[in-house]
Amino acid sequence: MSSSLIANIAAQPPQPQSPASPDYWMPFPASTVAGEVDWLYDFIFWLSTAVSFAIFAVMILFAVRYRARGREENELADKTSEHNTALEITWSVIPLFLVIAIFVWGFKGYVNLRTVPKEALEVHVQAQKWSWLFTYPNGYTDTELHVPKDRDVRVVIQAVDVLHSLFIPAFRVKMDAVPGRYTDLWFNATEAGTYPIFCAEYCGTAHSDMLSRVIVHEPGGFEAFLEQAQDLEKQMPPAELGEQLYRRQGCAACHSVDGSVQVGPTWKGIFGATHAMTDGTSVVVDENYLREAILEPQARIRQGFPPSMPTYKGKLEDYQLTALIEYIKTLK
Amino acid sequence: MAAPTTAADLVVAPSKPEDNYLTHDKGILSWIFTLDHKRIGLMYLVSVLVSFALGGFFALVVRTELLTPGKTLITHDQFNQAFTLHGAVMVFLVIIPGIPAALGNIILPLQLGAKDVAFPRLNLMSYHLWVLGALFLLASMVISAADTGWTFYVPYSTSTTTAVIPAVFGAFILGFSSIFTGLNFIVTIHKLRPPGMTWFRMPLFLWALYATAVIQVLATPVIGITLLMLIVERLVGLGIFDPSLGGDPVLFQHFFWFYSHPAVYIMIVPAFGVISELICAFSRKPIFGYKFIALSSLAIAFLGFLVWGHHMFTSGQSVLAGAIFSAITFLIAIPTAIKIFNWLATMYKGRIHLDTPMLYALAFLWVFTIGGVTGVFLATMSVNVHLHDTYFVVAHFHYVMMGGSITAFMGGLHYWWPKFTGRMYPERAGRVGAILVFLGLNFTFFPQFILGTRGMPRRYYNYLPEFTGLHQFSTIGAYILGAGFLLTAIYLLKSVRSGPKAPANPWGATTLEWTCQSPPPYYNFHEAPVVNRGPYDNYDKLRFDKKSRGYVPAE
Ligand code: HEM
Ligand SMILES: [Cu+2]
Repeated sequence: MSSSLIANIAAQPPQPQSPASPDYWMPFPASTVAGEVDWLYDFIFWLSTAVSFAIFAVMILFAVRYRARGREENELADKTSEHNTALEITWSVIPLFLVIAIFVWGFKGYVNLRTVPKEALEVHVQAQKWSWLFTYPNGYTDTELHVPKDRDVRVVIQAVDVLHSLFIPAFRVKMDAVPGRYTDLWFNATEAGTYPIFCAEYCGTAHSDMLSRVIVHEPGGFEAFLEQAQDLEKQMPPAELGEQLYRRQGCAACHSVDGSVQVGPTWKGIFGATHAMTDGTSVVVDENYLREAILEPQARIRQGFPPSMPTYKGKLEDYQLTALIEYIKTLK
Repeated sequence: MAAPTTAADLVVAPSKPEDNYLTHDKGILSWIFTLDHKRIGLMYLVSVLVSFALGGFFALVVRTELLTPGKTLITHDQFNQAFTLHGAVMVFLVIIPGIPAALGNIILPLQLGAKDVAFPRLNLMSYHLWVLGALFLLASMVISAADTGWTFYVPYSTSTTTAVIPAVFGAFILGFSSIFTGLNFIVTIHKLRPPGMTWFRMPLFLWALYATAVIQVLATPVIGITLLMLIVERLVGLGIFDPSLGGDPVLFQHFFWFYSHPAVYIMIVPAFGVISELICAFSRKPIFGYKFIALSSLAIAFLGFLVWGHHMFTSGQSVLAGAIFSAITFLIAIPTAIKIFNWLATMYKGRIHLDTPMLYALAFLWVFTIGGVTGVFLATMSVNVHLHDTYFVVAHFHYVMMGGSITAFMGGLHYWWPKFTGRMYPERAGRVGAILVFLGLNFTFFPQFILGTRGMPRRYYNYLPEFTGLHQFSTIGAYILGAGFLLTAIYLLKSVRSGPKAPANPWGATTLEWTCQSPPPYYNFHEAPVVNRGPYDNYDKLRFDKKSRGYVPAE
């Protein structure tokens, strides 16, 4: 377990992949609500198919049966009534009852999706261009969502920059991440395994790369994972951990380590350098400055860059900060 | 309801047959500053078709990029710009003005037996504003094309570095063009109906244009103000929508959809009108349920204002609000379905001619049915949560907008082409084109329902390898669609120069536009015709004349 765990944490998250589904249309169902949603989807699907084919059939039948021979023949259409009250009432009232039924089922399902069960396990997620960061009850953070099987989980969603949307097809849940407010969703996973997570609300350049995975652990596996994951980090050489955090915490979205300029300054060769700030002062980049830049990024802004970095206060443990700083020091 | 006709309202009018609106004045300025509704309509038509080619080009770029899961052709950012331009051009420059401003401008006064619209100068101004708005959109394209999607959601649209302001300002101006056209049509229909044409003797196309005009006038100001607020926020940092300035991004979505849901009816209601005309003319029968179709357009226009929240079921909107939006959405679906039943009942025991316009009408019935029933999936709240912002939504609105509005537009274009240009298009090529478009539509967009249901989100540049097959299928469909439209463009252009001369009434239709010559004379009618019958009566009073290949009054 533990060697695969290290591999799991260390590797760049592999591309997510959906498990094979028993249904041609819907993805593999892996939550308690999936059955209900799929049932209603299937009901509408077969109803629509029947209605559509009936319409197509009548249309083709009429087009063939009543096809005119040619303009020269000057055929006249048979006289038919321009009204038929019985017919018109039938084709209005039957659809009315059908859509009322569909509405009620859809409403009930939606209420269920939006009513978070009490005592649910809470995981926080922060969405930012273009990564997800999940924070677990013990403070551990990860770019992937680990959850136990057969337990209600509430995900509290927050966005740093623009709109995003947390979408887990296998669970049939989706909720927008809106800057400036919290939203949430809940699920209860019924099958252990890994499933894709997508960002469903357009968020700019790398919207389609804002992927992650949810990993559903067998009972007991989740708690063990959380403990170990935290410990494993502490046993790693700091610079190595720093490199992983650089990717997992989303630093990589704005900072390069190869000297190229992205949204923020590159990390290559900055340690020990002297930089001009927007307030006119200049700064020698040392451990204390780096610490401040990560925890209070708006305190001093380097010249030529926008003040757009989010604070990491409360999101990084002290040892993680140290690890990041150690990593930056290795980037000569 | 059919009062006996006097032959007078079916008589072909001209005194000098060689003089028509195309030849009446000469020189480029006689077009740019014309007050003639037919010339303005024709300029709209050409502009809309050029925009359609541009939007289609971006669509093919997007689809080609999606041939492989990773990079195929262009970069992330270029892809985002391409789908934004595709959407903005198609919505604001093609579908919204397509039927009302292009086809409607020419046909509306003709169907009323009028000389022009009520305010010819306002009509010209609408067109000039349209050109100005289009130029702003294009300017954005040249500077650094916006990459926000056609929905311009904040705070992305207030923070991206691309040229959002010109694009948004372009849409703002186009809004005015749309409002003016709507206003003009409302007044025209109220004031310029000929003697004897009561409301319930109006062709259904006019009812549809009327309902559309009401929505245009009432809804468009809201998007105007919203876009203006967006511009102000971007320019001076006023905090209306941006949370970091104390605003609320969800408020923008409410404003946006308060316009954009009614706007989908601006796009489809005129299409309903065209389809009613086509089904009657090519089945040679009066419409089944005239009053229902006429009044339901108005009902849909009204209810359409009360459903915008069905685009926001996953935005954190309250459950109660969602339930109301969902319920009203279902209510609107019913009159829409009934219209389809009415059209089928109209075909019953008709004498159906399968010319190109009718093929497009049948394609419309097929494709719009699929678009409508998939709307029901989306209106269902619990199912919507899974499908929202996936390819399922993309497929749904392409089935209704491309499959509904554009198909009806193509049908109307072929139907009235002889009237507009005085030339017939080649029938066989027309049918091949219609079939290619129909097949291409289904091949392109049907796989997208499966993709979306399986969880493929929309607006994705890269995608998971498991989605590859369906994406490639869709792209091939898009090429077929492209081929269909290319063929259509070629034969229509050719027919302008070398097509056979069109008779006044090639289809034997009974609405008034077919009583004046093709193309119509400058003043349309010498005197206002007197109407004493329903719009689709009197098929039996027309006879096909072999020599002119058109219909003439039966003796
Ligand atoms: C039976 C009739 C219809 C129903 C019940 C229906 C329902 C819906 C619903 C619930 C959505 C929201 C989907 C989502 O984003 O989660 C939607 C999206 C949409 N519909 Fe329809 N619809 C119908 C007909 C039409 C028609 C006639 C048009 C236009 C011609 C149209 C155009 C659109 C567009 C443009 C969108 C999505 C726009 C976007 O997100 O970019 N719909 N429809
Ligand atoms: Cu809508």
